[in-house]
Amino acid sequence: MLGACRIVDATGRLGWLAGRLLADLGARVVKIEPPGADVSSPQWRALNVNKRLVRLPLDAQSVDQLASDCDILIATPEPGTGETALFDYPRLASKNPALVLVVLTPFGLTGPKAGWRATDLEIMAAAGAMSLAGEPDGMPVRVSAPQAYAWTGAQAAVGALVALAHCRATGRGQLVDVSAQAAVIISLGHAPPFVDIAGVSPTRAGAFMTGRSVAGARFRVFWPCRDGYVNFILYGGAAGRRTNEQLVAWMRERAVDLGPLAGQDWAQWDPTIATQEKVDALEASIMRFFSALTKREFLEGAHQREMLGYPVSTVADIAADPQLAVRGFWQDLGRERHCGVFAVIDGKRPALLEPR
Amino acid sequence: MTRALQGVRIIEFGGYAAGPHIGKMLANFGATVVHVESRARPDGFRMQYPPYKDGKPGIDRGGCFAFFNDSKLGVTLDVKNPRGLELARRLAAGSDVLIENMRPGVIARIGLGYEALKKQNPRLIMLSTCNMGQTGPRADTPGFGSQLTALAGMCHLTGEPGGPPMLLYGPYIDFIASTVGAVAVLAALERRHQTGEGAYIDISQYESGLMFLAGELLEYHTTGKVAERAGNDDPDAMPHGAFACGGGGWLAVSCWSAAEFARFAQCIGRAGLRREPQAIEEALSSWLRERSADAAARALQAVRVHAHAVATVGDLFTDPQLAARAQWQRKVHPVIGEHSYCGPPFVLSETPGEVTRPAPTLGADNEAVFRNLLGLTAEEYAACEAAGAFA
Repeated sequence: MLGACRIVDATGRLGWLAGRLLADLGARVVKIEPPGADVSSPQWRALNVNKRLVRLPLDAQSVDQLASDCDILIATPEPGTGETALFDYPRLASKNPALVLVVLTPFGLTGPKAGWRATDLEIMAAAGAMSLAGEPDGMPVRVSAPQAYAWTGAQAAVGALVALAHCRATGRGQLVDVSAQAAVIISLGHAPPFVDIAGVSPTRAGAFMTGRSVAGARFRVFWPCRDGYVNFILYGGAAGRRTNEQLVAWMRERAVDLGPLAGQDWAQWDPTIATQEKVDALEASIMRFFSALTKREFLEGAHQREMLGYPVSTVADIAADPQLAVRGFWQDLGRERHCGVFAVIDGKRPALLEPR
Repeated sequence: MTRALQGVRIIEFGGYAAGPHIGKMLANFGATVVHVESRARPDGFRMQYPPYKDGKPGIDRGGCFAFFNDSKLGVTLDVKNPRGLELARRLAAGSDVLIENMRPGVIARIGLGYEALKKQNPRLIMLSTCNMGQTGPRADTPGFGSQLTALAGMCHLTGEPGGPPMLLYGPYIDFIASTVGAVAVLAALERRHQTGEGAYIDISQYESGLMFLAGELLEYHTTGKVAERAGNDDPDAMPHGAFACGGGGWLAVSCWSAAEFARFAQCIGRAGLRREPQAIEEALSSWLRERSADAAARALQAVRVHAHAVATVGDLFTDPQLAARAQWQRKVHPVIGEHSYCGPPFVLSETPGEVTRPAPTLGADNEAVFRNLLGLTAEEYAACEAAGAFA
């Protein structure tokens, strides 16, 4: 879809996914790396596949030349260093007025922290994401596989194409100044409106979900099973009620002690007003049932019964998931098996390009 | 001021996060976005997720719905009513983009499938987003994003090595899918600009989320290594973690080279500190006892060390950096009152994004959309209303 779009990707890890997503949709992306840069890590290879690698030292002359011959230039200059001057928009636009320049930095190019340094850890901290993960009284944690770079790259791809749409209409390019901190805020979901509508700052709840009940009840999310954990929540609404009814039916089939579940009228179940005492009573019987299931049994049983809930997968579980195989999600390039293009367009998943 | 997506018309069928958040992102740059609900089945975010105005659930009192639906028009249509379905078709015929996040096949059964709609509007771009995608053995699986985040591997990778997996608060993966969904819609608009062709885009929220673990998945496929949760550790940095401060907050700090560690040690008054976990923990603990996380981060950043306070969600509303970039934009909602909406995470120098209006109350823009946008006469509108089309 982006076959008419030429992109120069001069990014570090903060921006790799931006060019990958755009390349997946057909853009011709040239990835610039300095001579001698290591491109062997799985992260580099996974997020720079589908691009053409060119080794070139970045200086004012080379950046000017690259910018004059592309539609979109993506860069991740180190804040507070001379690198930001390399990607000065007025200078580059004087050579190519239609240029869309996308600059990704931890906090954006303006504001009091524009010069601050941050990696995944500090970005997740600054965006509030760490405050929402971990045990309630324990240390805030990040996802062990860095996420901030992906959020920033994905949002940068949105910004690049919004600016490209404007350019197609007017012929004028512009600067897209992406803040990683702000990009990660999107991951917080519905936590922010609690602050100024309810006057509370949501916080981490370990293996539980909070923020659903006006009575303050917390709902178990992760349940030990035979070979790991499953994710199940006593939801409300039509889908939640159906799920809960199906779960009880499943437990009956297995002759499991239902406890207070036996007398629960799910048509009357409303988690938004449930008390903790009520939730705890219902969850005790479910805990015993799940502890005897495997992740695969839960996945298949929940699917057959149209229940909400999934196992907690490892990358090995994901790699073996038949759903992904049937949809042709994986693509082999040489000896490497990659995540394929993220979307199916007009009934076909576009192919990744063989490395050149 | 010219808006980047001025003139782009989008119609949304669906609810919760994964569909409507795409429309919100594009509405912030000038697209006209019509969010379609029905009175029988309003968007689930209106009544199933707090916070509510004054803590009381109500159809127009939900902050969660509001947060993801600013800058849009809101209408009600009963698509099981023949007049309602006809109006939905006419809206689709006049739109550039249709976004839906129902279970696979539902929108086609309603009579609004892509094959039917493209006959009347060949330039239409339609995006369907759901848990598993439109095809495959589990395509019909219902699901919410908070649970799908577990299937997609993120929860397994969050927490301490010996402890349970951790939740990432809400429907984390939905916002990955909505972000890449917006990328796909914009790419389809670019193709249509070049060729005139419409497009049908099938987004699996599961697959979208896996793009955020692409490196870990490639490593597993290549070497068999299964990525595990590791608290806050990183194999390439020391220190790399969150450390409690005397005032009750936490400091996130990391050092990625010997030179950076030397600056860190000097800054905390322990030049020559051994670069090993226990020594660092003791030295930092002592240094942080009398400091706030913000003050500690400022001191460390002054000597070019990676550091930031672990912000609470409340802190985000007083963060001077976010304020300087107008991250939070306040609008007066007719029921909720004045509250904050989230602006885009990127600033466009010529056509910046903007929260233009609060989220619509249920059906607030029926008349504006069906009279002004669709061109119904007053009599036609009244007849549709009398027939129950707007129920």
